[in-house]
Amino acid sequence: MSKRESLYFVACIGLIFIVGLMQSWNVALALVNFGLVSAILALGVNIQWGYGGLFNAGIMGFVAVGGLAVVVTSAPPVITAWEAGAARIFLALAVAITTIAGAVLLWRYLNKGWLRTVAIVFWLLSGTFLFRWLFDPAVGAIETIDAARTGFLGGLGMPVLFAWPLGGLLAAVLALAIGKVALGLRSDYLAIATLAIAEVIVAVLKNEEWLTRGVKNISGLPRPVPYEINLQQAEWFQKIALITGLDLAEASSIAVKLCYTALLLVVLFVVFVLCERSLNAPWGRMMRSIRDNERAAAAMGKDVNGRQLQIFILGSAVCGIAGAILTTLDGQFTPASYQPLRFTFLIWVMVIVGGSGNNWGAVLGGLLIWFFWIQAEPMGYMAIEFLTSQMDFESPLRAHLVESAAHTRFLMMGLFLLLVMRFRPTGLIPER
Amino acid sequence: MELLNAAIVLANFIVVPALSYGSQLALGALGVTLIYSVFRFADFAHGDTMSIATMMAIFVTWWLQAQGVGIAPLPIGLLAIPVAAVGTGILLLVIDRLVYRHYRRARAPLITFVIVSVGVMLMLNGLTRFIIGPGEQRFADGARFIISASEFKQLTGLREGLAIKTTQVITFATAWAFMAFLFWFLKFTRTGTAIRAFSDNEELALLSGISPKRVVTICWLLVALSATIAGTLYGLDKVYKPFNYFQLLLPIFAAAVVGGMGSPTGAVLGGYLIAFSEIAITYAYKRVAGYLLPESWQPEGLLQLLFTDYKFAVSFGILVVVLIFRPTGLIRGHPG
Repeated sequence: MSKRESLYFVACIGLIFIVGLMQSWNVALALVNFGLVSAILALGVNIQWGYGGLFNAGIMGFVAVGGLAVVVTSAPPVITAWEAGAARIFLALAVAITTIAGAVLLWRYLNKGWLRTVAIVFWLLSGTFLFRWLFDPAVGAIETIDAARTGFLGGLGMPVLFAWPLGGLLAAVLALAIGKVALGLRSDYLAIATLAIAEVIVAVLKNEEWLTRGVKNISGLPRPVPYEINLQQAEWFQKIALITGLDLAEASSIAVKLCYTALLLVVLFVVFVLCERSLNAPWGRMMRSIRDNERAAAAMGKDVNGRQLQIFILGSAVCGIAGAILTTLDGQFTPASYQPLRFTFLIWVMVIVGGSGNNWGAVLGGLLIWFFWIQAEPMGYMAIEFLTSQMDFESPLRAHLVESAAHTRFLMMGLFLLLVMRFRPTGLIPER
Repeated sequence: MELLNAAIVLANFIVVPALSYGSQLALGALGVTLIYSVFRFADFAHGDTMSIATMMAIFVTWWLQAQGVGIAPLPIGLLAIPVAAVGTGILLLVIDRLVYRHYRRARAPLITFVIVSVGVMLMLNGLTRFIIGPGEQRFADGARFIISASEFKQLTGLREGLAIKTTQVITFATAWAFMAFLFWFLKFTRTGTAIRAFSDNEELALLSGISPKRVVTICWLLVALSATIAGTLYGLDKVYKPFNYFQLLLPIFAAAVVGGMGSPTGAVLGGYLIAFSEIAITYAYKRVAGYLLPESWQPEGLLQLLFTDYKFAVSFGILVVVLIFRPTGLIRGHPG
């Protein structure tokens, strides 16, 4: 890293310190934690875009799948619901998979002609009916069990940390499916297809209540770190709080956040080192050569489609891990909170502004853009207060402007993206 | 009689809504496809372009309403469209001058345009939220129904009613009027021919003296007009909410890709195809079965293939099928 590039990081830390001093250390630490998750996410997207030149407009979908992994691993199992319909649900899912696989096989091994079309249509229709016949009653049975509190299968009740790799795995499987279809076509078709799959996934998470409770949300997911209330009751912690001079509630909240920070730093470090090593290995050079000139790379005997699929899966897996971490941090799973502007396009701003193709850039972009995303509201509010200070206090225009201050964040993000693309297309920390 | 009742149910819940929704999608897809055929990129900002255009139309509507203007039974929104289209046209030209032109001159790769359009999308989105807020706005006035379900029942003596909303007819008529104009324009005017030539082979077009500036300007103006009409009609027919317009981007893209990116006919076809499939697949056919099947065969379920919330899955499914089997779309657009 050059001197200027390290200055960016220093500036970033400085900004967070200012928030700590002016607002509160709790807010500052929350900024750090979510900034670190954003950095992991940005690293994942950077693998796809920076190394491979793939435009993934469905990051939200992979993040949401990571969130689902947390539910599946760590939510306490609902035994009665399992007894009521789990077997039937899994059977139905097996039928669904067999139907699709069978259709693919029919397509491959029958000779072309109307007979094949009829056979496939008949196969698909009967598969659908069998699926619905198995699936619908089971879903009904599960969702009626104590609907106000559970009404879903629950998870495996395992420690939440297991969910992080599982989130990556689920996202990787999803990426394999979508990559098989959309890779190898024009580059903006991948963007459109991923944009669509993300919406579908979020729709599934919102509506399949037997799996996720849908919009009723799942709260109280277990944590990998201690709870504030336990810390407050522990004697050793009360002593520490006394020494720092903070009140007990704030001290415990800060301590919990610090535990998360430590965990996140470990994950970020591991992902970062792996990214950096692979980028500088022959594999990374090959990927970049494919990105810069597909035909030349193909002429050198590189399997362009296979490599792109590989990189799409790897990047998506990192996004899945980050998604699981996000849900863990929140402690609850809220499918309705997955919005493409926040979970897809904001991450794109991070990668582009930070510097595509450079892992340091991705980390910087994650931290910096997250800071502005959160602080845009108070900043916009201050700016509008200042601009309208000469106006009549009761004026409706002023009231409207003050009320709209929160929306300045979208304007700001768009402006960042456009300015960087125009005047510094390589980003703050360019690729080496 | 039973058959007729079943047909009326289908017409009321599938055909009429799909025709108006399809017209809105077709107009949106025409905008996307026009941008694609001249500038060669998928414009992620198009949903928000429609949104900001509709916002302008809403302001004009409010202003006209305050002046006491009314053209009942038609909604005032129709009068607002030309004004909003001019505003949107100016906005798009300014964006082109400030943003896209630089990359055109630099001959930037296609994906750069896509990313830049994401930036434009974010800014337009922020702008609409800032000015009109993220909430819902209703601005339809005039007569609500041309024929309501109860009137229809009285008129025909059938058990089922067919309701036709004023906005649905207006949507359909306006969309087809615009499409007729657009196809005439592209086919029979010098400028239209120039746009098609430019889209087919840019270098050859430049060589034969076609002014790229003119093509670019006219194209953005056509996009502005189609986006304003599509957005305003959608808002009149349903409701205006910025986030919904952003989400419209997906079925619109699907329509454009399915029809064949760069082909106006394909865009119209794709729009209706997506709309019909979306509505037909998420509709519960229990009521239709009630008329068609004998008592003892009556199914227990709703006979709904997919929940309404899965309408994105329909767009996506069609998109995937087309991408696998016919990536150039139904009507061969630009393979790219």
